[in-house]
Parts: sequence; C-alpha cells; structure tokens
Amino acid sequence: MKLLRAWFAGIPAYLWSGWGALASLFMFLALWDWGSQIYGDLVLPSPLATFAQLGALVDAGAAWPELAVTAKRALIGFALSLAVGSVLGLLAGLSMTASMMSRPIVTVLVGMPPIAWLVLALLWFGAGDATPVFTVFIACFPIVFVGALQGARTLDGQLKDVARAYRLPLRMTLSDVYLPHVVSYLFPAWIAALGMSWKIVVMAELLATPDGVGAALAVSRAHLDTAASMAWIAAVVGLLLAVEYLVLEPIKREVEGWRTAQ
Amino acid sequence: MTLRVAGLGRRFGLADVLADIDLELPAGESVALVGPSGCGKTTLLNLIAGLDRPSAGRIDNGYARPACVFQQPRLLPWQTTLDNIALGLKAAGMARRERERRAAAMGLRLGLADADLDKFPHQLSGGMQSRVALARAFVLEPDLLLLDEPFSALDVGLKAELYALLLGEIAARKASLLTITHDLMEAVRLSDRILMMAPAPGRIVGEYRLERPRGQRDEGWIYRTTAAFMDEPAVRAGFGLPGQGGGAAAADGGSVVALASASAAGRTKGRA
Repeated sequence: MKLLRAWFAGIPAYLWSGWGALASLFMFLALWDWGSQIYGDLVLPSPLATFAQLGALVDAGAAWPELAVTAKRALIGFALSLAVGSVLGLLAGLSMTASMMSRPIVTVLVGMPPIAWLVLALLWFGAGDATPVFTVFIACFPIVFVGALQGARTLDGQLKDVARAYRLPLRMTLSDVYLPHVVSYLFPAWIAALGMSWKIVVMAELLATPDGVGAALAVSRAHLDTAASMAWIAAVVGLLLAVEYLVLEPIKREVEGWRTAQ
Repeated sequence: MTLRVAGLGRRFGLADVLADIDLELPAGESVALVGPSGCGKTTLLNLIAGLDRPSAGRIDNGYARPACVFQQPRLLPWQTTLDNIALGLKAAGMARRERERRAAAMGLRLGLADADLDKFPHQLSGGMQSRVALARAFVLEPDLLLLDEPFSALDVGLKAELYALLLGEIAARKASLLTITHDLMEAVRLSDRILMMAPAPGRIVGEYRLERPRGQRDEGWIYRTTAAFMDEPAVRAGFGLPGQGGGAAAADGGSVVALASASAAGRTKGRA
C-alpha cells in the first residue's frame, strides 16, 4: 500500500525530527534543575532526585501496579466516550435539527468543570472504579462528540455527486468517500480525548479511590514527600508522552498522509 | 444509443429553473449548451447525469456508459492520483492490478508524469488536477461524456492541449459529447451543434449547426465562426450584449443563417 510505503520512507525524517523535541525537553529539565537549586529539594526536588525516587518506586514494585490500575480506568472511560461520542456525534451530524439542538447541550458539557462531575460521581457511585471511569467518560464525551458532529456535517455534497456519477456502490461510497473524511475529523478528537482522560483519571483517583496513581499522589502529599509526588507526576507525564509520540503520532501521520505528505 | 430529453422542467421551490427543454443527442454527436451564468445549464447537466430528479418531462438516456467531468476537479483528497483515476473502474468491480494498469496508462496519455501517479491531489497543480479528472472519465471508455465547464479555470495553453486530447478521445471512440460552457469559442471548437440557453426560466432559444467537421477546423475558422456566432440576435440577447449584430442577418422562426464565410450554417428554432 502506497500510504504505508510513504510512511516507512518518512520514519528516518520523523526520528530525526525527534532531536528537536529532545532538545526542548532537556531545556525544560535544565530549567527545572535551576528552580530546584534556588528553592531547595523540599519545595522542588531536582530532576535527578525525582528520577531516582521513581527508580526506587519501580524497584520496590510499587509503580507498575498503580500505573496499570490508573491506565485501566482511563482507558475504559476513554473507550466508552469514544464509542458513545462517535456514534451519537455522527448521528447528530446527519440531521440538521439534531446538530442544532445538541450544540447548547455540548456547550454546557464542555463548560462543566470536571471536578463538579467528580463530586456528583462520588455521590452517585461512591469510592470505587466507577467514579473515575465515569468522570473520564463525561469529560471526554463532548470532545469526541463535537469531532464526530463536525465530520458528519462537513461531508462534501460535491464528492457525494462524484460518488453517484461514477456509480459507486454503497459500500464503496462509505469506505472511499465518507469514512476517510469522517476519520480526518474524528481522529484528532480521539487524541485530544485520550490526553484529557489521562489527566482526569489522576484527579478523580486523588479524591475517590484507595489505589492508582492519584491515590499514591494523595498519600505522598499527606507525608509531605515532595520527591515521591514529583516521581509519580513524572511517571504519568512520561507515559502520556510515550503513548503520544510512539503510538498516536505515527498512526496520525499515516491516517492523514494525504493531508501532510510533502 | 441516443439521449432524448422531452418537455423537461425543474423547479426549486417557487422558481422555475428549467422549463420545457427538448434535446436529442444521437451517438457520436457533440453538442454544446451555451448561455449566461444562472441560466440552468448545470441543473440540466445534473438532471441528465442522474444527480437530480426532474419536476416535469422525461429523460431517456440510451447510453450505457456515461461519464461526468465537473466544473472543479472534485478528486478524493485522501486518494492518490492513480486511485482517483481508477475510481470508476473500482466501482465497476475491476481487479486492482488491471484497473491500476489502465489508470496509469490513461494518466500518462493525458500528460501526467510517472511520479504524479503516487501524489495526492493537493500536491498537484490545478492543471494537473484537471487532467486527473479527465483521466478519471476517459478511463471508463464512456460512450457519452458530460462536461460542465471543466476548462474554465485553466490558462489558454493548457486549454488548447486538453481540447486536443478531448477531441482525439471522443473521435477515437465515436463517443458523444455534451459540453456546458459560457465560453463561445470553446463551444465552436468542440461541438457539431450549439444550443443557446436563456435564463428565467432556463430554456433553449436557439440552435446552430457547425458544418465543418471537428477535425478540419483551424484557428482562423474558429475565430471567424465565433465572431459570427456572437452576432446572432439570440446570442446577443441571451448574454445581454448591447446593440444589434452587424454582419449576420437577423434570424427568426427556422430560417437558415450562415455562421462564418459560408462554411457553417445555423438554424434558429423560434420559441414563444
């Protein structure tokens, strides 16, 4: 497949472009270290101390189980919002009335602070898996919904005519005309929702569950253990960066090769 | 194989966009529909292409393989040039290897480079995109080509090249051609018969036959014939040109009119 070949040909350039990202990350680490030298380890532990602490957590076997629990909750909530948001958004986008009616509701959902949802979820579901999963779902849902809605609303009437004039069967019209267009809107929304889910789950766990990264953060805060707090934060952010740049970005480059190919 | 349109009308809401259109297009003929913007040309073509439904009248399309070229290239932005050209073949269920072979051959014949075949539409210039759109239609080996001003955005050199490719293609296959245009010279260049349309409601107000065969028209003949054609009262009135035509005699109700230096004759069909 040509897209795939173009994608493989692009890998060296992609890896090479990684140097720029690395350079800016190291700049950030330098600033962080500078801050820690000014304020001391109690307020802002140095990057070295933080990663040493993270290493200790991993060695002690404490890190992976907590991260796994957190990831599971985030992914369940994300998958739910992805499925429900995509389907409902597409359906709403196909009808003018439905898309007009859903707009104010979406505005309300987007404007609602996640912490408010968390409080409600705590009242409804208590302390357990359901609370972070629900909070993630409800925070990600409007993002995916809007992406799907726009994808369906902007389906090009001119390309529909091409499909009819060239007698495309229904299945081919869907796979060659509608799907690529909708995916080009859905995919960025999915990525944004994934990042959102990862942030929301930690917040929800901090208040609602006895395990997971959020709970570990709550414990380290209670112990005034700044280094451990930083270590957990580094773990969460590091995982997100890894998923983003090693998995999502290459997929995105392939899916949208027709848009960005040079 | 004939296209017959009888008493065709199309209303959008309360507006009559087309009224009482009669048109016949036998196999191998090339007809141009000319008229000012908004006279319903594109609506008529959409009806004939089956993209829209008439409010009145009938369309009997006896052609087996019609193909459309639209005003804009309208390529699928997420498919390569090759896949875009092969679109209709894929829809017909042709195997990948065969349709790619045909699409590549057609693309190269229309002046695309080998490297262009793997590119996406946004990487091609406007002229190249037009070639791809033409190739997408030609590769189906159509017996009827419907063109909706596909050349209007191109420069003169490119137009001349694509006209030659188009005329060669339809002559080789003895295909019929229905062209929509507001460029009178384009109509004179491409067609055997020109139908003049007028707006509100869209209707055919004049019909002119060009006697000289398509293959034997030189530039001088085309210029002279276009000039004479522009002198026709129905044409002047239709495009809102000021004053009366100078050279040609005023024509009404079926009289025969010479278009240019006796090499072409037209007849206008009077309509109330």
